[in-house]
Amino acid sequence: MPYSDKVVDHFENPRNMGSFAKDDKDVGTGIVGAPECGDVMKLQLKIVGDRIVDAKFKTFGCGSAIASSSYVTELVKGKSLDEAQDIKNVQIVEELALPPVKIHCSVLAEDAIKAAIADYRKRQGAETGEPAQSAS
Amino acid sequence: MRNDMIYMDNNATTRTDPRVVEAMLPWFTEKYGNAHSRNHAFGWEAEEAVEAARASVARAIGADPREIIFTSGATESNNLAVKGVAEFFVDRGDHFITSAIEHKCVSDSMKSLERSGRKVTFLGVDREGRIDLAALETAITDKTVLVSIMAANNEIGTVQDLAAIGKICKARGVLFHTDAAQMVGKQPIDVEAMGIDLLSLSAHKIYGPKGVGALYIRRSKPRVRLVAQMDGGGQERGLRSGTLNVTGIVGLGRALDIAMEEMETERVRMRALRDRFLSRIRANLDHIHVNGSMEHRIEGNLNISFAYVEGESLLMSLKEVAVSSGSACTSATLEPSHVLRAIGVGEELAHTSIRFGIGRFNTESEIDRVVDMLTEKVNRLREMSPLYEMVKEGVDLQTVKWNPH
Repeated sequence: MPYSDKVVDHFENPRNMGSFAKDDKDVGTGIVGAPECGDVMKLQLKIVGDRIVDAKFKTFGCGSAIASSSYVTELVKGKSLDEAQDIKNVQIVEELALPPVKIHCSVLAEDAIKAAIADYRKRQGAETGEPAQSAS
Repeated sequence: MRNDMIYMDNNATTRTDPRVVEAMLPWFTEKYGNAHSRNHAFGWEAEEAVEAARASVARAIGADPREIIFTSGATESNNLAVKGVAEFFVDRGDHFITSAIEHKCVSDSMKSLERSGRKVTFLGVDREGRIDLAALETAITDKTVLVSIMAANNEIGTVQDLAAIGKICKARGVLFHTDAAQMVGKQPIDVEAMGIDLLSLSAHKIYGPKGVGALYIRRSKPRVRLVAQMDGGGQERGLRSGTLNVTGIVGLGRALDIAMEEMETERVRMRALRDRFLSRIRANLDHIHVNGSMEHRIEGNLNISFAYVEGESLLMSLKEVAVSSGSACTSATLEPSHVLRAIGVGEELAHTSIRFGIGRFNTESEIDRVVDMLTEKVNRLREMSPLYEMVKEGVDLQTVKWNPH
């Protein structure tokens, strides 16, 4: 199946691929998907105050899944947590020109952002003694 | 196509051998008669060429030329065999047996029989992809009409024990059909010795042209009858109407002659290439699994799972190599292969599987280049894979609670 130029570019030159230390208290980690479904995304957000200052990903999945997560790391940087929380998968679909059969990759990337934020808030909550939110 | 591409998808289709093309050419432009034209020389020479090809097909599988009819390929042959036999022997019974790893043209023909009220048993296979002969015996009832089991699998290359299956079918008086598209011309097959009653084959899997194949239909002990699935001029003894594809049939005959002549030397060469590929890839990469059987396998096929690397992303990385993930017919869907599932490969591993089809035109240096590219790309994607990272950290992926979406 032909891939869009942007998918190919992110796949060939992934942005922000790698990992932060998971136990860093400034880092929220979201892992979504499942190996038996053929895609697993790990998105990590480094957060200072209310802002995402850095992001990293690792993805097991097709080219579109890798491109979606790569693009998302660029998209979230500099955003507040509330702004990042509002990112919708259609933005990813439009930017990468994903075909219908690959929409689920963008949904997964959106879920990864929400999971990473939830993880961060849970860990912050645990640290400040507030009740922890459960990660979805 | 870019000429620096390496074609290693020979279970999907093959390049037409230049010797086959050469044999076919006059039949386009000089000898273009209709093989059914009985009243002029154009027709006679076409008929003669068709009969020579029929003899080649018969010779390749140990049959009589009168037992061969030409079709458009294995899909048509399989449809005709399964549905045609079911229709003719409607009074004999309503039960059919096949395997869980058949090509869709057999399994969907069987499902079509189910929709018309027949019963179909889909036999499971073991980890190597072979059916359990005892299970076959048990499945046969006095209502069973036909057993259809493929000779060699298109995804994992597993070869069935055809002689044993044929023997069981004969003893129980049921017909035995085999889809031999991946087997004919690659390993010996003999309809007498193996007790095969119907056999489908295709030209384009054996360096012949696309769009032509044949069906073997046993004439005696037992005489197999079937109902044609297409109406028309009654060609091929009324079983397959339509003007014969003379050019294609000439190509099929030539392709089979070459394949039979070179079979033994090619088997040795294919095996050497495959072993070289496998030993090098094993030396370079960990966590790889070969799917299927190393013992009962057509030589050119390798199906390998590269754990923690999703297959489609690996294909996308291998820009200079034509291979496929799962089977070519289903590569547009996201479902993991039904064959890998049937041999018990977990879905997480099935998603990481690539089929390599080594063929007549592949060279040792191509094998080495593919191994080098694979090594580099698998390593790169594993670097990117959260699963590989977790495994390296000592996490047991089976114990992780995933969030499937």
